This record gives sequence, C-alpha cells and structure tokens, in this order.
Amino acid sequence: MAYSFPEEVLEHVFSFLSSDRDRNAVSLVCKSWYEIERWCRRRVFIGNCYAVSPDIVIRRFPEVRALEMKGKPHFADFNLVPEGWGAYVHPWIRAMSAAYPLLEEIKLKRMVVTDESLELIARSFKNFKVLVLSSCEGFTTDGLASIAANCRNLRELDLRESEVEDLSGHWLSHFPDNCTSLVSLNMSCLGSEVSFSALERLVARCPNLRTLRLNRAVPIEKLPNLLHRAPQLVELGTGAYSAEIRSDIFSNLAEAFSVCKQLKGLSGFWDVVPAFLPAMYSVCSGITSLNLSYATIQSPDLVKLVSQCRNLQRLWVLDYIEDTGLEALAASCKDLQELRVFPSDPFGAEPNVALTEQGLVSVSEGCPKLQSVLYFCRQMSNAALVTIARNRPEMIRFRLCIIEPQAPDYLTLEPLDAGFGAIVENCKELRRLSMSGLLTDKVFEYIGNHAKKLEMLSIAFAGDSDLGLHHVLSGCESLRKLEIRDCPFGDKALLANAAKLETMRSLWMSSCSVSFGACKLLGQKMPRLNVEVIDERGPPDSRPESCPVEKLYVYRTVAGRRADMPGFVWTMDGDKSLTFS
Amino acid sequence: MSPPLLGVEGQDQCNVSLMASSASVDTVSQNGLGLKERNYLGLSDCSSVDSSGVSSVPEENKNNLNLKATELRLGLPGSQSPERDPDFSPLSSVKLDEKQLFPLVPSKDGICLLSPKTVVSGNKRGFADTVDGFLESKSTIFTEGNWIFNAAGSDTGSKLAGNMLSHRSSGTQSTIKTDVPAKASQECDNKINGSNTNSAPAAKAQVVGWPPIRSFRKNTLASTSKNNDEVDGKPGPGTLFVKVSMDGAPYLRKVDLKTYSTYQELSSALEKMFSCFIIGQCGSEGAPSRETLSESKLKDLIHGSEYVLTYEDKDGDWMLVGDVPWEMFIASCKRLKIMKGSDAIGLAPRAVEKSKVRN
Repeated sequence: MAYSFPEEVLEHVFSFLSSDRDRNAVSLVCKSWYEIERWCRRRVFIGNCYAVSPDIVIRRFPEVRALEMKGKPHFADFNLVPEGWGAYVHPWIRAMSAAYPLLEEIKLKRMVVTDESLELIARSFKNFKVLVLSSCEGFTTDGLASIAANCRNLRELDLRESEVEDLSGHWLSHFPDNCTSLVSLNMSCLGSEVSFSALERLVARCPNLRTLRLNRAVPIEKLPNLLHRAPQLVELGTGAYSAEIRSDIFSNLAEAFSVCKQLKGLSGFWDVVPAFLPAMYSVCSGITSLNLSYATIQSPDLVKLVSQCRNLQRLWVLDYIEDTGLEALAASCKDLQELRVFPSDPFGAEPNVALTEQGLVSVSEGCPKLQSVLYFCRQMSNAALVTIARNRPEMIRFRLCIIEPQAPDYLTLEPLDAGFGAIVENCKELRRLSMSGLLTDKVFEYIGNHAKKLEMLSIAFAGDSDLGLHHVLSGCESLRKLEIRDCPFGDKALLANAAKLETMRSLWMSSCSVSFGACKLLGQKMPRLNVEVIDERGPPDSRPESCPVEKLYVYRTVAGRRADMPGFVWTMDGDKSLTFS
Repeated sequence: MSPPLLGVEGQDQCNVSLMASSASVDTVSQNGLGLKERNYLGLSDCSSVDSSGVSSVPEENKNNLNLKATELRLGLPGSQSPERDPDFSPLSSVKLDEKQLFPLVPSKDGICLLSPKTVVSGNKRGFADTVDGFLESKSTIFTEGNWIFNAAGSDTGSKLAGNMLSHRSSGTQSTIKTDVPAKASQECDNKINGSNTNSAPAAKAQVVGWPPIRSFRKNTLASTSKNNDEVDGKPGPGTLFVKVSMDGAPYLRKVDLKTYSTYQELSSALEKMFSCFIIGQCGSEGAPSRETLSESKLKDLIHGSEYVLTYEDKDGDWMLVGDVPWEMFIASCKRLKIMKGSDAIGLAPRAVEKSKVRN
C-alpha cells in the first residue's frame, strides 16, 4: 500500500508526471501522496494571478523551479481593460525571491512587470535561466539590461509582443563576454537599434542558440553576418526585409540562408521587398512555421513563397494572400495545421483585397490536417461554414472575425446561426471558438447542446436575450473561459448559473446588461468568486441598482478579494453591501 | 417558497419535469429547431411552470410560446412585450424592420435594464423607488454626456462608439414596440447593447477593441502603411492610444486621441478621468470617497495654475498642449502628462518657437 512504499520511490515515480492535471490527481489520493507530491512539484502554472496568492503557492509547493502565470483578461489585448487594472507581478517576485532561491524560469502573460521586478529577478535567482514576457508591459530596456548583465546562465529571453519602453538599444551590450548559454532570444517587439557588433559577438559565442528573433531595426544587409555565425538556428525572425535592390546583397543573403540547414521557422519580414524573397528558397522545403503577418506583399509573391514550403504546418499571413493564394496554399501544403489570416486594412470601409469566405473553404478542403483557424474577412455564409465544418471535423480552434459587427449571411441575409451550429455539431473536439456576424439565441442553443469540449468562447455583438447566455452556461460542460462584449445578456442567466462560474477560470462581460444589483447579489452569494465591477463612470452606487455596469469580471479564487484594485474597480463582497479595496 | 436565487436546484427540478412532459415538442427540440422550454430561473414566480406545474401549461400556450420564442424581436434586455406570458420570458427581440428604427437614446423610456416586474428577485427594488432616490442624488459630475468617449457625432444609425454610448434625447424612442416597464432618468448612463442597434452600415464609428486586433499589430501595420502611402490628408483610421500620466497619480491612463476633435474635448475628458486623483478620491488602494464634486470646483483646480497639460512629441521634447493646430498635435503626440504648473514654466516659449521653426 502507499504507506509501505518509501517516499523516495514514490517521488521517483511522480517525477515522470509532467502534466499538472496528473499531479493534481495524484495529490488527492491520500495525505501522504499529497505531501510527497507537493515537495517534488517543480513547475506551477497559474492561469489567473488573482486566483491564488504567492503565500498559498509557496506554502504548498516549497521547491518550485518554474512559474508560469497569466494576468489580465484576454480582452485586455483589445484595449477593453483600462490601464491600471492590475496584474502586477512584483508581489510574486518579492515573495519568490525569499522562498525560491533556486527558481529558474518565469513565464508571464499579460502582466505588469517593472524594472524593479526585473532587477529583483536578476539579483535573487542565481540559476535563473528562462524569462518569457508575453504581452507584458511596464518595464524599460533598463530592466532588460539588468537581466542581461546578471543572469549568468540565461538561456531564454523572449519578449514576444510586450510593450517595452525603449530607452535605447544599449541593453544588449550588457551581456557579459562569458555568457555563452543563450538558446533563445526574441527582441522583435523592440524599436531601438542595438549595437550590431555586440549582437554579432553574442550570437557567435552561443553555440546552442536555436531561436533568434530580431527587431525591425536590424537591416537585411547585416543578416548574413548573423546567419553565418549561427548556422544551427532553428527559428529566425528577420528584421526589416528591405534594402536597395543590389545583386551582392541578394547573393550574400541567399548564400547565408543556404548554410542554415536546420531552419524550421521564419518570422519578422517587416517592410518586405519582394525581390529578396527568393533568397530564402533554399530553406523553404524544411520550413514548418511561417509568420508573414507583417509582410505587406501581394498575393503572387506570397504564393511563390508559400508553394515552396511543402512541409508547412503553420502559416500566419495578411489577407493580401486573397482567395487565389489560399487556393494555392491548399494545393501545396498538405501538412498545414494552423492558418491565421489577418486584415491589412481592418478599418477601411470597403474591402481592399479579394479575400472572402472562399479562401477558407479552399483550405478546409485541401488541408486534411487543418485544426486551428483564425480568419478575418468581410463576408461569410452559412453554406461556407457548413462546408468547412463537414470538411474538418477534427477542428480544435476556430476563430472567425467578420469585420463588420452583426454581418449576416451575405447570400441569404440570415443570421449565421446555422453555420456556427454546424461547426460545433461536427467538430466534436472543438476547444476554442470565437464567433462574429449576425447571431441570435439560436446559435447559443447549438453551442450549449453540442460544444461539450469547448473550453474558451468569445462572443461579440450577438444574441437576443438571456436565454443565449443561459444555453452556454448550462450546456458547455468543459467551459473555462467565457468572454462577452456588447451582447444583450443580463442578470437572469448569470444568477441562474452562478454555480457554474465556480467551475470556470473566469467570465468577462462588457457592454452587456448586467445590473449592479445583480453583481452585488452574485458577490454576496458566491464567496469563492471575486465579482469585480469595472466602471469608469464612478461608484456604481451613485446610480440606480438596476443600472448596468460597464464591465464585469468574475473569477474563482482562493485568495479572497484583491488588495490592489484601482479606483475604477469595485469588488462585490458579501461582507458589506459595497466594498472598495 | 423562497426564491432559490441562484436557481441551480430549481433549474434541475424544472428541467427534469420539462423533459418528462414535453413529449409533444420533443421532435422539434431534438432538431434544435424549437427552443427547449427551460425554466432556468428557478425563481418563485416560475412555480407555475416548475416541477409541479409544467403539465399545467396548456398545449396551445406551449405552441404559442415556441412560435413567439423563435420570432425575432428586439427588445431592451430585461423588457418584455405585454402579450407575452410573463412566466415564460425568454427575453424578446425586436422584429428585423425595427432595427432600422431603434434609436440609441431613450427620451423618457429608459434602457435601464430591469427584469420584468413579474420576475423580481427579492433584493431588487422596484424601479420607481430607485428613480426617486436617484434624482435626489447629487452626483452631477458623472451625468454629463460629454466625458464619454465618442468617435463620431451622434446619429441614429449604428453608433458603437467606445464601449459606452452616450445618450441624448431622441424622439424615435416611441417606435420601440416592446415596453420597457421601467423608465430611467437621463442621468443613468445606460448602454444600449450594440447588438440591438447596429443595422445600418452607414455610420462607421470606431468601436473600441473591434475588430479584435492587438495593438502591437495595429501599430505595426499603421507604420508600415505610412511608409508606403503618401499623405493624402484623409484622417487615419483606427485608434491612437497614448498614455496619460499625472504627477502623483498611482497609475497612468490611456486615451484614444482619435475620439476627440478639439483640445476642449480632450481637456474635459482628462479632467474627468483624473479628477479622483486630484481630490484624493482614488488612491492605489482604490478607496473612493462618496463625496461628489461640483464641476466648478474641479475646473478651478485644473484651470487654475495648479496643473498644465503637456505632451511628448516625436522628437522627445515636452511641449505645452494647445499651441499647435489639433491635427498637427495628434500627428506628433506620443504621450501626455499632467504636470504641476510650477514644473511646466519653461515649456511655453519653446513650444511656440518650435512651431515657428516648423512653420
């Protein structure tokens, strides 16, 4: 039995468990397994930084080496969460600097990170290896300098899409000459030019460098210098891909690419001059991931490039590719798993490219492994969606953004309920869905009935009544994250399904019809939820209780209400009728 | 029976019984074509259709309700049409043709959203009570429409400006067929859900966060297209968020400069946004007092020599806001700062000189 096994044996067995779910399950078996497991858990993932507190984590898991954490709600990406909302990482860094001296990895998403935090990381963790800041903000290049200078064993520094105050490019020069451990460097979000010679030397002395994502300021003429010094690169993000068209630049570039036999991923491509694209052709057959979403080049050039990449699994591209380009993609890239098509002119009134629903239909027909889609377009039809659903029943992520809110089926002028209904009915493994276009309560009925594995749902300008929300909350068994904006959902469905909210990570509702009174009620009745009202008009109790709140963010937590709310966030507490932090 | 507010238990009861009794509508339900008659509310007034009561709902009533439920009618959330069975209130939606007429603003009818009178949770007050109470309140500062960010002027088409809509009186309110049982006072800054109003593509106001594209991508595309296109004088699309900081404030804010067209608008908006810091209402711990502030007192503070609005331009210099034409300002403004008057003394001459140099 469990108690006759030596701890060391159990610990050894547990060390093969990497998934959090498995570890959580194991820790529930009995007290001794709980104890053994918690002492040997090395990686912690916190999906919502306010769901738990640093003290609770540290108390339970004393030997953590890697922390991954997310902060702001997803809609913060689209400016729906006001500045100052929260998600500060500093309290965590402070607590961990004392408790986890051996911490090696910190991966954060949508959190506020300050230079102070970065300096504290650099000082506190002697064996620090991995820093990934995804869509974070609040720090400057000075903070990066601290990391570069002090983290002797730094392997990964990845700033993907973070908002960094770029004081200068000097931070890169802070990597000491004896730093040879770098495996991954992603500075693509920075604006300033770094010292190129410092970069060259850094790349040259790091033999394990596999990922290098440059920023726009690195000119294409200098790219060969780097490629020659790092022929083992697996992922490359170019800088600006343009220069005066000269044959020596071209041939240097082509030669440099040909040396990189391991390249699998390419990104960057700001300011592309198409004439330089063929320089890459020698690596195309090995490319599995291609991010051309900043490349403002036209369909013929895109097609030429993409049809060389027969092993492509992931493509991110602008809608310049057009339907014809997507048809070509479908014909050439039979391994394609993920497609993201971004709009080149999202705010223009008229379409600027010939990209319609047909492009997506072609890809769904031609690419048998397609499972993840993000598609911006200006027209859609139920027929197309039904076709896509039938073609690709193994779809896992489906995000469709029709640019005009509430656009109907352009052929029949009906709502797109049937189309999205077909998606959820056919694609039984669907885990993530974002919808757009004209949608009534009907589509939510379909979702509630069929989308049993759906984990994340994003809804905008859809539905007619609370019934819609009720279908989702009562039907989607696996739902973890629900984000809603500008829908006529109110109090009833929310209150009727309050218990459901404890089974989810979070619920976001903005510009809906949830009244302040309902929020209070929810907060009172559900002590394990934080019910936070975001309202920039001032205190909610200065308006009638029936008045809808601007934004509502509800999440489960074991940490109680948070103490760092700004003046426009109110928590609905059970203790008082209205509390301010 | 006391209303099980959260309705979970009630819901289970109701559902079980509904399933058992709705044999006649099963086939319909299974195609997903008819709405399932769920009483998901579990509130006491639904007792007539809960576990004991479903079978008592007359057959024709059920059919009627199904028809009505599938009818597309747009109503203000929380409202219901008078002829609808009040116990069964999947909330209504307006007929399609009414979408064209649906105004954004209530005149006297409110879009303050309430559940119908017949379904009232124990804790809600009747609206009339709240209106009386509210009218007596003094928070005039939050009632002015002009601090709500609007991308375009008001119009009766789709106006999805920001995530808040400003409401001004409009006579078309009366065309709404469904009754709103409650009337909101104008001061209740309600929103109409964009979904109910956006039918005409005529007015393309900027909606915050739509289409859902990350700022990084938007900014990159914007700067790429600037490089490619010539300046033709047309107003740039999209948004222009800049950070606004204020000396002594615990956190900064962001504003979208594209939502204003004059310095006055910007200034009023910032006044409102930062008022709580000035008065000491909102600290980083967020402890707003319930005092309201008279507008004149607020303006005095801002317009008095205490604070000035400055901005950092593309060259990295700090200038006083207001010296250059508005268009030029937005083209060069990188961020804003509300400084104490004493700190900003040196700025004015430089700003004027600089624009002279430019011109």
